[in-house]
Amino acid sequence: MTKEQAEVKQQTKRILNRFGRKRGNLVPILQKVQGKLGYLPREAMLEIAEFLGIPAIDVYSVVTFYNQFRLNPPGKHSIRVCLGTACHMKGGYITLDAWKRRLCIDRGQTTPDREFDLDIVACVGCCVMAPVSVVDDKPQGKVEPTKVDGILLSFKLKKEKQGKESQ
Amino acid sequence: MKTTGLQSVVSTFREIKSRAESQWQELCNSGKPVVMVGAATCGRAAGALGVIRAIKDEVKKHKLDCPVVEVGCMGHCYAEPIVIISKPGYPPICYGHVNKVIAERLIREFILGDDPCLEFVLGALEANELVPSLSDFPRARFEKKIILKNCGHIDPEQIEHYLANGGYTALVKALQMPPEVIINEVGRSGLRGRGGAGFPTGQKWEICRNAPGRPKYVICNGDEGDPGAFMDRAILESDPHSVIEGMIIAGYAIGARYGYIYVRAEYPLAVHRVRIALRQARKLNLLGKNILGSDFSFDIRLFQGSGAFVCGEETALIASLEGEPGIPHHRPPYPATDGLYGKPTLINNVKTLAYIRHIIDNGAEWFASTGTEESKGTAVFALAGKIVNTGLVEVPMGTTLRQVIFDVGSGMQNGKRFKAVQIGGPSGGCLPESALDLPIDFDSLTDAGAMMGSGGMIVLDEDDCMVEIARYFLEFTQRESCGQCTFCRLGTKQMLEVLDEITKGQGRIEDIDMLSRLAEDIKAGSLCGLGKTAPNPVLSTLRHFRDEYEAHIKEGRCPALMCRDLIAYYIIPEKCERSCDACVGSCTTEAISANKKRIKVIDQEKCVKCGTCLSACPPQYNAVVRLSPPSEVPASK
Ligand SMILES: Cc1cc2nc3c(=O)[nH]c(=O)nc-3n(C[C@H](O)[C@H](O)[C@H](O)COP(=O)(O)O)c2cc1C
Ligand code: FES
Repeated sequence: MTKEQAEVKQQTKRILNRFGRKRGNLVPILQKVQGKLGYLPREAMLEIAEFLGIPAIDVYSVVTFYNQFRLNPPGKHSIRVCLGTACHMKGGYITLDAWKRRLCIDRGQTTPDREFDLDIVACVGCCVMAPVSVVDDKPQGKVEPTKVDGILLSFKLKKEKQGKESQ
Repeated sequence: MKTTGLQSVVSTFREIKSRAESQWQELCNSGKPVVMVGAATCGRAAGALGVIRAIKDEVKKHKLDCPVVEVGCMGHCYAEPIVIISKPGYPPICYGHVNKVIAERLIREFILGDDPCLEFVLGALEANELVPSLSDFPRARFEKKIILKNCGHIDPEQIEHYLANGGYTALVKALQMPPEVIINEVGRSGLRGRGGAGFPTGQKWEICRNAPGRPKYVICNGDEGDPGAFMDRAILESDPHSVIEGMIIAGYAIGARYGYIYVRAEYPLAVHRVRIALRQARKLNLLGKNILGSDFSFDIRLFQGSGAFVCGEETALIASLEGEPGIPHHRPPYPATDGLYGKPTLINNVKTLAYIRHIIDNGAEWFASTGTEESKGTAVFALAGKIVNTGLVEVPMGTTLRQVIFDVGSGMQNGKRFKAVQIGGPSGGCLPESALDLPIDFDSLTDAGAMMGSGGMIVLDEDDCMVEIARYFLEFTQRESCGQCTFCRLGTKQMLEVLDEITKGQGRIEDIDMLSRLAEDIKAGSLCGLGKTAPNPVLSTLRHFRDEYEAHIKEGRCPALMCRDLIAYYIIPEKCERSCDACVGSCTTEAISANKKRIKVIDQEKCVKCGTCLSACPPQYNAVVRLSPPSEVPASK
């Protein structure tokens, strides 16, 4: 077992201690573990299965059924493009394309440098500002292809500034 | 219940209420100015948190004694961030589109000075001589707020605000009534479930009460999976106690011991506020063991849904509470007799439960006096799309669609022409202009091919393609299908492929018949409501907008100029201004360049049809156009 895997096991165990061994706790457990680790690695799922005394495949089937759970590590910044009805009709799919083009990844993926991950959400409730992209949990309105470039540029500038300061 | 127990309930509550009332009086009538900021998700997305910070800083800077309160969503989401200022000597005034600069000015000029900054006013909350009030707005004539009444006017994180505004009196009243009488009252009110299907609530409660098995459960369905709806979220964020009170009354009426509020994890603020509300209710013993000293015990837990549309279906929701994938079961048995862990379980929608306290407080007749013969009370809609006043509205059942869209919603944005209104989300349909005079109630909408659904209402204009919206919803249901029924799993996939081809101009005329046939089969061959209603968006657009399907198929043309494979962007050389380079700079793929005469030309190979150049081209030139079919673009010379 690698060090990283052992660490995942430890952290998962710590969370499990707070729960009863009840099947009904599976989803809340998964939510807590993902909240801590950012995603659900294999070791975490195995640990949870053992704790609840259920086959690992049952944990996997729940994880893959629900949209909330991720199997790959998140990026430093999360981009969620709203494809709710209002946003879609105002060009959300064009915005999604622009993100894909610029980040060179598909939805559900993370950039190789682990800076960004890209996914879609359904209506975040601010249809007034459609098309909406939720950037690091903050909904931003009127995100059209040019604004995608603007947002990415501001991240780049921030990173360069930090890089200079730390030198 | 024994009378001695009841007396203590009443007196305990009287104490709680009077304490809350004095807190509220302290806030509202102590001669201090009060600032309220709408900080539900819609407000926050528009920058409400920055506004709050700016206000607090300014208040501090001038050493003002002026409480700043976070409230929920008033429903005027188009004007967020919204600030309400109550200053003695003035009516409470509501300001719209407030940014940091305006916020600081309001504090300096209105609170510190005496200028109410009329240029930023949306309206006053009470009739007065100075500013027009919101109730003078044309829309006020059509609105009737019951469950949205508190939203945006109280701090959802303070139970005292709810108590001081009539909260939990219905619970106390209910605890003094025999459960059968409560159920009878709810039944006579004519309340029907607001989760979509419109099942009579009283009847459901009665079945559940009479079902054998213990413990019984109450579940509040706040899954709200319709991708264009946000009413339930707004209520949970703005007035969570109204839903909790409804649940406790339901629990008492059916004899339940536990309740669950199922909220989707994508609604973090709603989750947060419900959690706080539960804690506060427990602390005052409005929840928990021996509520207010009575012999009724009831507690509620919060459960976060993990984002699956099908989990809004009641049996799937129960499966997911039990830790299983959310796959629906066959009904019957219905959850009312055989639900969570096999026990009788009452599932009601957020809005359904929010009505309960008003029905108990004001009586069945009062509730039934609003609405139509078959659909009583009010309807809550989330208005979105190409409409001026996006936001939440509550109107009596029986109001026409035209009144909602044109009077309450103030009509279409940018003077565009109305084309259709999509109601009921993925299970609903698109209705054309000719259906606008239909009264809104459960039955007329279903007859017209749409559905009341959960209350999402998206208004579409001439730029929206009806084939595309049908394709959009089908893509959604196809993705969200749990996969258990063959017709739902494969049928929706096949319909989606056909629609994909049509929007790409590769459809055949026979496809239209095939779509209708597939739709009928999917409806007949699916177990749950997801599959049974999935074809509705296609059927309703085929019924009302068949000509658009035909234009795509026969002419390769998208009449709304939306489907990307069927349009091309083109710069009209005669209109293009030689000294202007706006589009060149705006293009995200460097597809535009200037020719020898400095006229801009789009390289169709590189163009991804994102439309940025169209918005970049200055209105005085208006040189960029969309053409459909793409062959309309003249060959370059
Ligand atoms: C696919 C599907 C999705 C649903 N989504 C929701 C939902 O998000 N919220 C809801 O309250 N009801 C939803 N329902 C309806 C529920 O199954 C159930 O009828 C409702 O919660 C009952 O509450 P009511 O009697 O108060 O309407 C959905 C049904 C189906 C078939
Ligand atoms: S559809 Fe995007 S916020 Fe509602």
